[in-house]
Amino acid sequence: MLQDKDRIFTNLYGWESFSLKDAKKRGDWNKTSSLIKKGSDWIIDEMKKSGLRGRGGAGFPTGLKWSFMPKDTGKPHYLVINADESEPGTCKDRDILRNEPHKLIEGALLAGFAMGAHTAYIYVRGEFYNEASELMLAIKEAYDNGLLGKNAAKSGWDFDVIVHRGAGAYICGEETALIESIEGKKGQPRNKPPFPAMAGLYSCPTTVNNVETIAVVPTILRRGGEWFSKLGRDEKNAGTKLFCISGHVNNPCNVEEEMGISMRELIETHAGGVRGGWDNLLAVIPGGSSAPLLPKEICDNVCMDFDSLKEAGSALGTAGLIVMDKSTDIIFAIARLSHFYMHESCGQCTPCREGTGWLWRIMMRMVKGQATVSEIDKLLDITKQIEGQTICALGDAAAWPVQGLIRHFRGEIEKRIIEYRKNAPSYDVAAE
Amino acid sequence: MPKLTIDGIEIEVEAGTSILQAAEQLGIEIPRFCYHDRLSVPANCRMCLVELEGAPKPVASCAMACGDNMVVKTSSERVKKARSGVMEFLLINHPLDCPICDQGGECDLQDQAYAYGGDGSRYEEAKRAVSGKDISPVIKTFMTRCINCTRCVRFVEEIAGVPVLGQMNRGEDAKIDTFVGRMVESELSGNLVDVCPVGALTSKPYNYKARPWELKKVETIDVMDGLGCNIRVDVRGNEVMRVLPRLHEEINEEWIDDKTRYSYDGLKKNRLDRPYVRDVSSGKLRESSWEEALSVVAGKLKEADKSKIGAMAGNLCDVEAMMALKDFMVSIGCNNIDCRVDGMNILPENRGDYLFNAGIAGIEEADAILLVGTNPRKDAAILNARIRKHWLNKNVPIALIGEYAELNYDYEYLGDNPADLKSFKGARTGFAKIFKDAKNPMLILGSDALTRSDAAAIYGLAREIAGEGFNVLHKVASRVGGLDIGFLPQKDGMNAIDMFEASVSGALDVLYLFGVDEVNLDLMVGRNTFVIYQGHHGDHGAMRADVVLPGVAYTEKEAIYVNTEGRSQLSRKAVCALGDAKEDWKIIRALSEKYGRKLPYDNILQLRERIFADYPFLAEFDVKPDAKMSKIIKNYGEIDKNQKFYSLTPDFYMTNPICRSSKVMAECSNRFVKSKEEIETKISGAAE
Repeated sequence: MLQDKDRIFTNLYGWESFSLKDAKKRGDWNKTSSLIKKGSDWIIDEMKKSGLRGRGGAGFPTGLKWSFMPKDTGKPHYLVINADESEPGTCKDRDILRNEPHKLIEGALLAGFAMGAHTAYIYVRGEFYNEASELMLAIKEAYDNGLLGKNAAKSGWDFDVIVHRGAGAYICGEETALIESIEGKKGQPRNKPPFPAMAGLYSCPTTVNNVETIAVVPTILRRGGEWFSKLGRDEKNAGTKLFCISGHVNNPCNVEEEMGISMRELIETHAGGVRGGWDNLLAVIPGGSSAPLLPKEICDNVCMDFDSLKEAGSALGTAGLIVMDKSTDIIFAIARLSHFYMHESCGQCTPCREGTGWLWRIMMRMVKGQATVSEIDKLLDITKQIEGQTICALGDAAAWPVQGLIRHFRGEIEKRIIEYRKNAPSYDVAAE
Repeated sequence: MPKLTIDGIEIEVEAGTSILQAAEQLGIEIPRFCYHDRLSVPANCRMCLVELEGAPKPVASCAMACGDNMVVKTSSERVKKARSGVMEFLLINHPLDCPICDQGGECDLQDQAYAYGGDGSRYEEAKRAVSGKDISPVIKTFMTRCINCTRCVRFVEEIAGVPVLGQMNRGEDAKIDTFVGRMVESELSGNLVDVCPVGALTSKPYNYKARPWELKKVETIDVMDGLGCNIRVDVRGNEVMRVLPRLHEEINEEWIDDKTRYSYDGLKKNRLDRPYVRDVSSGKLRESSWEEALSVVAGKLKEADKSKIGAMAGNLCDVEAMMALKDFMVSIGCNNIDCRVDGMNILPENRGDYLFNAGIAGIEEADAILLVGTNPRKDAAILNARIRKHWLNKNVPIALIGEYAELNYDYEYLGDNPADLKSFKGARTGFAKIFKDAKNPMLILGSDALTRSDAAAIYGLAREIAGEGFNVLHKVASRVGGLDIGFLPQKDGMNAIDMFEASVSGALDVLYLFGVDEVNLDLMVGRNTFVIYQGHHGDHGAMRADVVLPGVAYTEKEAIYVNTEGRSQLSRKAVCALGDAKEDWKIIRALSEKYGRKLPYDNILQLRERIFADYPFLAEFDVKPDAKMSKIIKNYGEIDKNQKFYSLTPDFYMTNPICRSSKVMAECSNRFVKSKEEIETKISGAAE
């Protein structure tokens, strides 16, 4: 259990205002310039020490990512903050944007300074209209109080923050598609390499970070990387994390907890438990819709961190838990996700463009049972043909939920097929 | 120089080479759809996936640069599985209508499905269909066949410079469309058919006409402009079925313009297939025999005063026939011969004075380009594509002095008056400074500018400004060859303009027009002049002629053409002459015999020997000459400020009798060529 003294997002629920005055009371912008004066190497070092892993889903060590930014290229460097939070089941960045925007802005300044960027772009999801408005108000406050702009926060570093609103495409949350979108092009992921650190926004060195990653930076630097690394399960799964719990729980919520808390504890302590009690649990998607689901047997004991969930055959992803109780038609639930990925595929590369639709169509037949048992293997094979063959990870994201379903609920699918066969009218015509 | 191992073979390649290119150097085939040598690399088809040791996922070999110590496998089980997977995905929504698809037999998807695909389909769902679009009078679309490789999008953006195509929508609904409902308004649009790896974009005129395996392929050259683009003429029976580009890095790379590609239907219409003689009583042309026609011609030539005979060679004539005509005319004592029927007003001494000296490929080395009196987009579309390529790659500064032109790259417009050229010479600021400071400046002088009355002054100014970087862009296929062999007024002879004037004033008795159609003969030729027309199309020349001698078109003869660079190339005979038509040099040889001054060659080889003896440089086939320029003549006269630069052929699609006879070209012209008013508004807009 995370103690209140270690909580980073103290205004996650918006009990206080997001204004600069209240944010300063909560400790934001406290001696920011003294942190900057310690130098960029110190910041990156401290981030490495903290063991912070990217909070956007992939979990790449943040300090290491920042250290990839080349020095002395002669080109401007950019920090891009990914606030295009569109993963179904995830709503953590939204609360940061509307209730803790100053943590994000201060983090942007510190991170930008550490990687030599004078400009940060915050790419806000199109649907987040109010959130973007509040973020812009907060940025204006920061400019008005000398915390951004020339000599930001009296640190001697010039820093600008630009808010860019997206148009609501899921794929624009992929870092290179996001960069394309900022550049004014159609949001389609770029082929890698070159990675953004080499040639990102406007072909300049760029680092793309999630909102949560950047928003925890000031607190980590203030309290020390060591403090952060001591929280959590181990040094590889360190710190605190925002969990978003939705679905069949009594009290769906966003909550900051220690990394590595057990899933059962998380759901029962903060979300009021599963509807109808823990035994009524069918399965949980632990990390946003793209993570493979976990059935109750695994949920009983699994811990919520990167490595434990990977071992369990799923992923922490964005830590958006979708809880499903026994009333759920699990096949239809996954089919709905397949539809989502079909709808959001950018259409650029073949396996994802063609494969996601195929998956959805087979899944919809599976929902009715209008298929053959051998088609389950075909379905699995198709997901394998999509996985890992695409430019970005959307192909993988479309494949994993279906793979998870087949892994854990194959029996359910087979049962439905057999039932359908039993009840279906026979089309066999006598030979007479 | 990274060293890597592909399929167990070690190879060292230049830095920046992709794995796919490195494999190609080793002769290892990696299938691909979206990758194209001359276009950017989107890596979206995922067909070229290979296994890279150490990489968690298969990588797209077209986009992955070779690195030191890489170990690549291109035919492991994993790669095979990946390829067949991608192939399956490509085919699930492909209609598989190969039997009724024009691409059948030369389709990348068909070939690669055969080589890398599975043996059946597991797809049981409904297929997607996409409606076709009307994007061009020469391109037929079957968008259901599209595999979204986006080659066409990249072609129009990068090569053609008209970004009208794009991939609309996303996911399954992604489709290629024009933005918004526009036509692909480019003189290079036909190349889309070639870049499309499937049957989504096919040639409209060739639609459902033939299968590739029924066609005889003849590698020849094109005569629609002065570049001599290398083409392949596909023939079935005695009919040209289509024209395709042939790779030539120094001329056309692998592109040809629409006039080259689609004017071939003009070869089947309005053809002269038998001799005609104008009936004295009715005043109409009537069919005749060769015997009769040649006797009439020989008789007229004999009885005429030799100083009152003129001969001109038009825009599509080959070197051999022009040589024969020159020899014949000189032998009968006629000095009035000229190949500059457009009125080109200069008499160059050395080859360098009238050639495109830098060469077409040399454009890519220029660091400043000044266009004078030319619209390269119309005069030589392929050369224009080369300028655009260089502009895209190196952002070379370009300026134009001449008629306002809609070019597909940024350029500085310096005016349309010769006075602007003169002031450019004196200027020391702006583009003039850039041009003077350039190490490798390039001035491209359009041949239309040399048809002006003050051509000598324009020429002199251009030479002085350009120095070593002087290039003349000829618009027509025959001109350089004609200048090379001296098909020009002999001692005290009249030039083309003088001949026309003499004809109108009644001082010219006989005029021998060899393929001359680009002149208004009703106005330029007097009533009392006896006109002999030799050519292959019943166009302007044949209308006015008193005797018509039917020759052959460029696809029907093996002949030398010299392009604007001075590169001599050989056209090949793809089909036989129509009806009684004869190869042009043979007609003149027969005429000389009838006349009683038999030319001393009995076959084409002897004729060529005679040409090469006097002009040995023409024997060096397919070599860009390093021609000498003569000294600049200082007192070249004054420019005519009242005469703005002009273009003689405002309509790109209607420049010679072949394309004027072509229905396809007429349709393109109707759709794409702007009316005069529109052009004038553009000009006044530019002037403001």
